[in-house]
Formats: sequence, structure tokens, C-alpha cells
Amino acid sequence: MTGAAVTAIVFLSLQVALLATLISLPLAVVVAKLLSRPALPGKAFLSAVVHLPLVLPPVVTGYFLLLAFGRNGFIGSWLDVLGLGISFSWVGAALAAGVMAFPLFVRPIRLAFEAQDDRMNEIAETLGASRWKRFSTIALPLAWPGIVAGSVLAFAKALGEFGATITFVSNIPGETQTLSLAIYSLLQTPSGDRAALTLIGISVAISFGAIFLSEWVTGRLERRRNG
Amino acid sequence: MLDVSIQGRLGTFDLDIAFQAGNGVTALFGPSGAGKSSVLRAIAGLWRPSGGWIRIGERVLFDHGQGVDMPVARRRMGVVFQDPLLFPHMSVEKNLAYGFCGDRVLWDHIVSVLDLQALLSRMPRHLSGGEMQRVSLARALVSDPSVLLLDEPLTGLDEGRRNHLLPFLERLRDESTVPIIYVSHHREEIVRLADLVFVVESGTVSEELTPTELQKRAALGVRTESAMPHVEKGA
Repeated sequence: MTGAAVTAIVFLSLQVALLATLISLPLAVVVAKLLSRPALPGKAFLSAVVHLPLVLPPVVTGYFLLLAFGRNGFIGSWLDVLGLGISFSWVGAALAAGVMAFPLFVRPIRLAFEAQDDRMNEIAETLGASRWKRFSTIALPLAWPGIVAGSVLAFAKALGEFGATITFVSNIPGETQTLSLAIYSLLQTPSGDRAALTLIGISVAISFGAIFLSEWVTGRLERRRNG
Repeated sequence: MLDVSIQGRLGTFDLDIAFQAGNGVTALFGPSGAGKSSVLRAIAGLWRPSGGWIRIGERVLFDHGQGVDMPVARRRMGVVFQDPLLFPHMSVEKNLAYGFCGDRVLWDHIVSVLDLQALLSRMPRHLSGGEMQRVSLARALVSDPSVLLLDEPLTGLDEGRRNHLLPFLERLRDESTVPIIYVSHHREEIVRLADLVFVVESGTVSEELTPTELQKRAALGVRTESAMPHVEKGA
């Protein structure tokens, strides 16, 4: 495997993981905030839906995505008409990775919201702050360490996603073949071990780097807040 | 004139309380768990009673019979809890600016009365407990509240810090025109700060006293609520 091919696989994987993280972020924050409310109606159901990708076989999640976003799927067929089809594309890979990473994304953010003193929210309310102002100026900034931690976890999970991705967008070199899929392909190929080891090393380095960065950023945010 | 007459269920007992408070400091005095804090929360709109009314002059904040329950953000109540609850990611100045009504004269007056000028650029984590509570008081006051609700504001402080903060509260009482409802189970604070005292016991007002009467009773050894053992009742 040439250096250019390795670079292309790494770049595609980073692109997929980054998009997966970015498109999941707003939804993860909203869902985490909802789940942090003790008296949310239907909380158990919402929690179950959010955590489903964690316990379902990834192939099943990929199959559901295919049913929904495939060319003949109930959403995918409309996207195809609009020229926005995502099946067998790197955007589809990002969607699969985003869905699989979602439970890990939500959890640290939810814990960050739950750790906040609700009376601080009450004080802001007595000072005339609207619900949005309280969320954007109090709850969200105080949840930053959780949001950073969740983002890194989601990014690392998206980077290593395999089952749902190969089911939904297949394993197309240059289009949907991320690091995990490339490693899998190489391990199925005679004399592919050496190239696979290179990609495995890169995977470990990226994942380690992401978690190290997360610890550093979270630590800085905590120190800034607590002195 | 603040007119309160509310009923509701609090843990194991019923709250049924009525009192009227004018200008100056009106104290709700009684043991922990008597329902005093719940009354403050009801006035602020943070707890909804099951009956009664809360009015300030012509303004109806809550009236169960008429189905009125004004949102918290529109009530204009300044609230200070036992914990200062400053926003930890904002400087003192930004904490004060959070609900600031826009009146610079009021801002300057409150900052001066509570001696906060030197603290404005600091972050809450660099303040002492007493300083935090002064900022919390100022934050409530610069929002130009109709009433200032103080829920045991000195309870979490050691004696030195309490003695440091008490003169500030006296200055507020003397120099601010905002009526203050002061909840405490400490007799000395009440005697020093209040103009009128309602003794609250098991969710109801048992007596109305002047601070002098409260002090005399203590001197004569007459049993008042603060001398009783504190019974937590989930209020």
C-alpha cells in the first residue's frame, strides 16, 4: 500500500468521524438536556431509543439505516430525487458512525447537566431570564467539560465504527473505506498484514491523541472554573 | 404592601400561612422545617401553593381562585438563598449585570453600599463566603426587585463572616427602599435587623411580635421557636 493510499484512508476516516461528531453535536446536547430533567414524560422511552445502538448488533443498526436512507428507503428515495442521496457515500458513512456513537456522545453531556445545581437556574429565572437565556448562558457553559468529553468519545467511536458502516454504505475504496474497513480488507488479503499494521498503528495514535486532547481541554476548563 | 395568604402540603404537614409585610424588614422566624423557606419560594414563584393568594399592592402574583400564577421571570423578586449561588463562570461584574435593570444610579448605589467596587473584576472562586453573599445580595438588588427575599443568608457563614456581613444588611435596610422578607431561625439576627417579626411554627403564623418583644422574651426565658429543638419536616 502506497503512502498516498494510506493518507487518503486516514483523511477519509478523519473526515467521516468529524462530520459524524459535528452533525450529532446539537442533537446530543438537546437530548442530554431533556434526559437530565427528572420529570420528563416518556424519559425511559427516549433513553431506550438513545441507547439502542449500544446494545443492538451494529449490522442491525446498519440495516435500519439502509431501510430508511437507502436508495429505496422512505427517506433515501426522497433524498435521491433531490440529488442528496447518501447511500454508498462518505456522508452515509458519517451518518452510520454518528448514530453508533450517539449514546456515548449523550452520556457525559447528560451527567454534566445533571451535576448542575438547579437553584442556579432558579436564581437566573428570578432575575428575569427566559428559558433560552438560562440555557445558553448558564446551563450550556457549565456543561462544557461534558460536551468536550462527549465529543471526543463520539469522535473516537466514529473513527472505529465498522458494522453499521459496512452494512449501510459498503466498503468502497476512496469513498466509504475508512480505517476500520481498510484494516479488515487488508487482513483478508494475503500479505496484507504489514499494511494493516501501519493502519492499526495510526488508529491507535489518533484515538490516543483524541483522548489525551480531551483530558487536557477538560482539565483546563475545570481549572478555569474552580480555580 | 405584600399580602400573603397561602395553603399547601409540605411533606408531613399542611402549610396555612397569612401575613402582611410593609416597607422595611419583615422577618419570618421559627425553627428549621417550619415552612418559612417554602413561603419565600411561593412568593418568588418557585413553589406553587394549592390555595390562597400573593399580592403586592394591586399586582396579583398568585391567586388560586382566579387562576393567576405569574411566571417567575415576571414577578421581579430578588432572591438570596443560604448559598450565594453565584454563576461560577462569570466575573462579579457579569453576575451583577445578569439581571441588571439598566439604572446606573441604582448600580452605583448598591455597589457602594455593599462595598463591591474592588471585587467587580474577580471571579467567584476568588471570593470569601461573606464576599460571595454580598455579591449575591447586589445581584438581586440591581435587578430592581419589588421585594427582596432573603432565605437564611447568614446561616452558612462562620461567626466572623456573619458579624462582617450584618452591618451591610443593616445599611441595606436603612438605605434601600426595597421591602425585605427575611427568613431565619437565629434570634440575634432577627432582633438586629427586623422591623416586624412573624413567628412561624409547623406551617402557620403563631404570633406577631416586634423585635423588642422577641428580645424581651429571650431575656425572660420565655419559650419561643428558636429555643425549641430544630425539627426537619421536609420544608
